[in-house]
Amino acid sequence: MSRYLARRLLTAVPTLLAISMVIFAVLDLAPGDPTGALPETIRPEVRQMIREAMGLDKPMHIKYLLWLRQFFWNEPIGLLEGALGIEIGDSESRLRITSWGSRGTPVFDLIAQRVPQTLWVVGLAYLISVLIAVPVGVISAVRQYSVFDQLGTLFSLIGYSVPTFFTGLLLIIVFSVNLNWLPSIYDTNLEVRDWRSLVAQLRQMAMPVAVLAFFQTAALVRFTRSSMLDNLTQDYVRTVKAKGFRERYVVIRHILRNSLIPVITLVALGVPTIFSGAIITEQIFRVNGLGALLISSIQVNDIPMIQTVTFIFAVLIVIFNLIADIIYGVLDPRIRYA
Amino acid sequence: MSDMKKLTRATLRMPVVVLLLATMVALLAACAAPAETDTAAPVEPEVKELTILYWQAASLPGPFLSGGTKDQDAGAVTLEPLASVDPDGVLVPRLAAAIPTIENGGVSEDGLTITWTLQEGLLWSDGTSMTADDAVFTWEYCTHPETGCASVDTYDGVVSVEAPDDTTVVVTFDKFTPYPYTAFVTAQSPIISRAQFGECVGAAAQACSEQNLAPLGTGAYRLTDFKVNDVATYERNPHYRGEPAYFDRVIFKGGGDAASAARAVLETGEADYAWNLQVEPQILAEMEAKGQGEIIVAFDSLVERLLVNQTNPDEGLGDDRSEYLDGTNPHPFLVGTPVAQAMSMAIDRSVIAENLYGFAGQPVCNVIPGPKHYVSTANDGCLVQDIDGANALLDEAGIVDTDGDGIREYNGMPLSVRYQTSTNSVRQKTQAVIKQWWAEIGIETELLNHDASVFFGGDPNSPDTYQKFYTDIQMYTTGPSIDPQIHLSQWQCQYIPERANSWAGGNIFRGCDPEYDELFQLLVETPVGPERERLVKTLNDMNVQSGMQIPLVYRGRVAARTNSLQGVWINGWDTELWNVGDWAREE
Repeated sequence: MSRYLARRLLTAVPTLLAISMVIFAVLDLAPGDPTGALPETIRPEVRQMIREAMGLDKPMHIKYLLWLRQFFWNEPIGLLEGALGIEIGDSESRLRITSWGSRGTPVFDLIAQRVPQTLWVVGLAYLISVLIAVPVGVISAVRQYSVFDQLGTLFSLIGYSVPTFFTGLLLIIVFSVNLNWLPSIYDTNLEVRDWRSLVAQLRQMAMPVAVLAFFQTAALVRFTRSSMLDNLTQDYVRTVKAKGFRERYVVIRHILRNSLIPVITLVALGVPTIFSGAIITEQIFRVNGLGALLISSIQVNDIPMIQTVTFIFAVLIVIFNLIADIIYGVLDPRIRYA
Repeated sequence: MSDMKKLTRATLRMPVVVLLLATMVALLAACAAPAETDTAAPVEPEVKELTILYWQAASLPGPFLSGGTKDQDAGAVTLEPLASVDPDGVLVPRLAAAIPTIENGGVSEDGLTITWTLQEGLLWSDGTSMTADDAVFTWEYCTHPETGCASVDTYDGVVSVEAPDDTTVVVTFDKFTPYPYTAFVTAQSPIISRAQFGECVGAAAQACSEQNLAPLGTGAYRLTDFKVNDVATYERNPHYRGEPAYFDRVIFKGGGDAASAARAVLETGEADYAWNLQVEPQILAEMEAKGQGEIIVAFDSLVERLLVNQTNPDEGLGDDRSEYLDGTNPHPFLVGTPVAQAMSMAIDRSVIAENLYGFAGQPVCNVIPGPKHYVSTANDGCLVQDIDGANALLDEAGIVDTDGDGIREYNGMPLSVRYQTSTNSVRQKTQAVIKQWWAEIGIETELLNHDASVFFGGDPNSPDTYQKFYTDIQMYTTGPSIDPQIHLSQWQCQYIPERANSWAGGNIFRGCDPEYDELFQLLVETPVGPERERLVKTLNDMNVQSGMQIPLVYRGRVAARTNSLQGVWINGWDTELWNVGDWAREE
């Protein structure tokens, strides 16, 4: 197991390097100019000066190596210094990755500012969708073709096929405009200190969480249901039933446990999308999460920011793939890693 | 069946489901929270809060390192220039005690220096004193080539900024400058603190993230928190020189899209002010009809106009099409005839402005539409459509339909024009209605449109750019800055685009009038005052009346304010938040 793990971790390094190189090359070669968003009144000479101040005129490989150094060396050391309260070497002159759109602001400071909102909103939606999807999928499978199953199928089809920007807008019009119950603008200054602010926080999260949860639940329900159905007809199920165990015991201890293996893999693989997948919903409700950060950086061609955020998504995907593989082995003892 | 029932009960008893139900109940409870705790300030209801919504979020507070309007405006809540420009285009002192003029001796007779006097006892928002030296520093900071300052052109022609004492700022220009109110005027050129930014000049500007995100200001509010690309929070500035501001807190929230920003002000009442609402006029009108807020429009100088080609764009001329050739290649029927005038008379500008531009458009008859004191009234007749008059005008000139095909001929040549613009639904609709009106006066029109990136792209190899102007008529928007000199300079003979100069030059319609050039030279030597105003109006009239340009619609920027918000005076010449310190809520 540990040898397998070590090998997987080692192969992850060249994979990530290749990914970072591709992202960097695509961004660098793509047309677009970080000064393009500036008002037209600003003259070309001034634009050139701004580009030089950003370091845009350096050759590509220099920029890439600089970014690598900043990402893998300068930033971790800075993080370590911050965590331990010590100073390693000349920390004043150590260059951090800084944004172009908001010139001089360290990219990691911005990311750190955004992660909590994303975890709160998108993470909660993911959690809720898992909590709803698994039981609904199980009941749907066990009571196949019942009214519950039919309704579940209907709703999951709707959830899967209606885009989030539509459900988001619909909820805003119903709950914000007509009923005036829920805010349509996410207040990122809100700090949860007492019951009242907690309620305010829950209210402003309600709609984005509902939109995302609806969408994600749909896919998971279908998956859980079909996985359960596969197992229901297996010989071992008949054997267990023949032994006279209660239905509940059979379903939970035997069928569910086996059916959850692919579901859990799917859930683990879906975790990175928590960070990247809610771009549209974050935009609609003005939640300042990572997705909104990525969108606003793309709009102004803020290459260091796009590069870093995209790369972090890549790292998360690689890591959670690994985690999914490990969980698989733990859940299914038949799978052995040589 | 009973098995199934048991099973359902069993499944429902699962701990997961209990947890799930608890979460659902919590969420539902939250949803159903009573409406009275709603809106503006759910946490501390006694806080007077102003919420401003920009659907483009600000990246930095201030215009220097990120020149977008959103950034400039986020800075303008706290940063101040020496003077602002009000919506009528009149200078208003901010940090300055008065506006320097030639009369009060603030502007030198030779037009080389302008001397500003600061108000006494100015303080930065941290309580330290603000002096003329900070203005000198701001100039050094912004004009340092490695700073990459986006406002550097406000210092064009400035050779030095000096502070002989704590309240005097002397700006010296390299030559006679008729309009010296460029440096330190408007939100594009505010003053920052030397004490705070002293170490941040040049390349170091990038490293000063802490300072860049929390600049000291002198305005009615001061910045307390800035979340990049999200929200800026301000509080009342205790060191402000004037009356304390009304609001305890100002929230400058960014992100989302224009339509939902409009909805937040006009329908849900979650925000008090929303900026730049590029939304279909019908949708905006529906939202406004709910009665919670009002649409307001800032007009500066943008005029959607038709340019009338003064040269011959005939394809048969090959390389010589639309070339001026020292005046030997005039347009066959648009030059020296009343045709362009008749075309202008046939257009109903109100129909275009109201139906296609909605809130954001007004009919206009001048190419210099503002500020007020530069606007000519000589051409206002164009506001009324006069198809009969246009027909009569052409009949009188002997330009009639001789072959009975419904199209008039001039010297045997049918009045058939090609009319191009960029691809844009409003522009194509404008083209269609104008084509109809021109048909009514016997002029045939062929409509063309090119993708904006091609049309405005300036590629010398493309035949479809507005600079090459290979058609008879074209349409787009431009406009002057607060002082129209640079804009008017474009229409001198020397700026006609042609092969020889690779189609550089702003005299796109290729009109040359030596009288215009002479008058323009006079303008360059005339300082601000009634004489300058008269000259600008004359130059505008010459251009419009000669039929070189046909102005159509004066285009504005749309915003929305909630009904209870008082003191908003939307500004096209300076930031919309120029007087945010005077905003208050009606009680």
